[in-house]
Amino acid sequence: MQSLTALMKHWTVRILALYMVLFAVSVVALLGFVYGVTIGLIERQISSAITAEIASLSDGYRDQGLKGLIQQIEERISADRVGGGIYLLADPDRNPVAGNLARWPNDAEWDGRWATFRLTAEGEEEPSPDAQQARAFHFYLNEGYHLLVGRSMRERESFEALILQALFWALFAAGGLAIVGGVVMGREMRRRLEGINQTTRRIMGGDLQQRVPLTGSGDELDRLAGNLNDMLGQIDRLVVAGREVTDNIAHDLRSPLTRLKTKLEVTLMTQEDTATLRDTMETAIDDTDNILKTFNAILSIAQAEAGAGRREMSDLDLDELAKDVCELYEAVAEDKQIRLTFVRVTHPLPVHGNRHLLFQALANLVDNAIKYTPPGGRVDVTAEIDQGCASLTVSDSGPGIPEDERDHVLRRFVRLEQSRSTPGNGLGLSLVVAVAGLHNGRLTLGDAMPGLKIVLTMPLREEAAVQAA
Amino acid sequence: MRILVIEDDVEAAAYMVKGLRESGYIVDHAGDGKEGLVHAMSGVYDALIVDRMLPQVDGLSIIQAIRAAGNKTPALILSALSAVDDRVRGLKAGGDDYLTKPYAFSELLARLEVLMRRAGGDSSVVTKLRLADLEMDLLARTVIRGGQKLDLQPREFMLLEYLLRNSGHVVTRTMLLEHVWDYHFDPQTNVIDVHISRLRQKIDKNFPKPLLHTIRGAGYSLRVPD
Repeated sequence: MQSLTALMKHWTVRILALYMVLFAVSVVALLGFVYGVTIGLIERQISSAITAEIASLSDGYRDQGLKGLIQQIEERISADRVGGGIYLLADPDRNPVAGNLARWPNDAEWDGRWATFRLTAEGEEEPSPDAQQARAFHFYLNEGYHLLVGRSMRERESFEALILQALFWALFAAGGLAIVGGVVMGREMRRRLEGINQTTRRIMGGDLQQRVPLTGSGDELDRLAGNLNDMLGQIDRLVVAGREVTDNIAHDLRSPLTRLKTKLEVTLMTQEDTATLRDTMETAIDDTDNILKTFNAILSIAQAEAGAGRREMSDLDLDELAKDVCELYEAVAEDKQIRLTFVRVTHPLPVHGNRHLLFQALANLVDNAIKYTPPGGRVDVTAEIDQGCASLTVSDSGPGIPEDERDHVLRRFVRLEQSRSTPGNGLGLSLVVAVAGLHNGRLTLGDAMPGLKIVLTMPLREEAAVQAA
Repeated sequence: MRILVIEDDVEAAAYMVKGLRESGYIVDHAGDGKEGLVHAMSGVYDALIVDRMLPQVDGLSIIQAIRAAGNKTPALILSALSAVDDRVRGLKAGGDDYLTKPYAFSELLARLEVLMRRAGGDSSVVTKLRLADLEMDLLARTVIRGGQKLDLQPREFMLLEYLLRNSGHVVTRTMLLEHVWDYHFDPQTNVIDVHISRLRQKIDKNFPKPLLHTIRGAGYSLRVPD
């Protein structure tokens, strides 16, 4: 019993058991219907055959008397090749006179003048319990004689046996199929589930690189495995990102902190005059400001990636925001003899977002563009609707980024070799990526020929998207 | 000017108290929320500096409690929570300004001064702002220095207005970004400096006494030179 309970815990076994029961019920119902209909038909046929025979025999009796009847009965018995006919002519004491029954069936069940009884085999006194059944009609003759005309129920019985046999085989086949199918299906299912289980166990063991194997069939299990893999990928990216943050905090904050500490220690050791001390302290404050800046940038990225700032979202016009950014940076650009142009293709450009973070993101893009564009160059900021999305493009006439390095620069702290000398912490673009992600948007890097073209796209506000469509 | 510092980090509080005293304030320090609330309720302070996370009674509850009691002492909230909505929550609770840790002491000082000046200033509607020979007409949107009309861009006008309203005090770059541009963000390069230098070109260039000063490590100040 316990092993049965354990067995029923297997999902495939449960499904198969249910399937077997359903199959058996439908087989029984179908065969039962066929049986009922056919038996009824057979019985009606037998009854009408008997009635017809009695009618003809009684006609013969009326014309030719008892003798003619006996002769007619004997003719019929000899003509009955199938051996299904039952005839008995008995005297008033019910002793057989003619016919193929050895004696009057005293043990018959009567239903009016219809009798159902078992046939007694030759040479036996009593009918055996498994003897053939027969059905007959009792007819009274004028001289007190009894005439019993009937048919053996052999046909009906063999039909019953046939149905029973069919039932047995159908159930047997269903059971067999269920067991074989169950073993095959169960094994396949277990193999595939076990694949998932093994992967998850290995992942719990710490190996996040593991993925659930796909069969390529595209069925539900494959889709489940695919989703699991996507989820694992996302988790993996987050874990890696988290690890990178710590690594990078360690790297990017440790070196300036060390520099600061050394500077202060050395100044303290050399005991210089007050003016120099003051000077050192002022640069130390500048250093700490930069450290704080890096620290805040890391925090902002982490928060944006964790989805903080989603609560602070409001409806805003992205082109207005872009205009503000351009206005803020116009002076900086002009100082560097760079022409900063704001191209407003679409107005308004309604989105739902965090205005401070979006401003910061676009400011970072414009800031970078100005920083890396040589004097005399140009930076264009375009606000438009592109393929149903709000899109901000910042393109510059600077050196651009080689195609194979474009993915690379979107990661944290990455600064291309040639830009080491310019100030910055390498976090600007990562923050833009994080902010884009927070707004279900994305950042694409392209070629402005010459220069870099960065496109920030995000969904339009819903009602605006509906109108545009 | 008397200031109450409610901060549970003893060492940080000691430095803050020292810095504030050096800047000429009388400072009291409360080490936990309960003590802080009792002190703050006394109403003898010109400003409160309240750490958001405190033992016993948290910073926001203190501010809510004293505001409910009708106490309008300006309060500056210090917090390690930097998200914009944390800030909004702090201001909704009755705080007047919000500063995220870690902060520069100069930033704290500048904001505190502005807070107290705002609280002490009369609330009558000002239509003209004036400093030495510099005069701003807020209705006509004109700026005149030494009888000479200066041509300012709208944003430069707003910048000068904010500096004028806080003349004599230090305003930091972050404060300018928040009040003149209305964005909370951290510029990678000093965009503000460029705007300031343009403004300086217009208001100081042809005049003997410069009014717009850069305060190293802090920000800017519009004042008559000593």
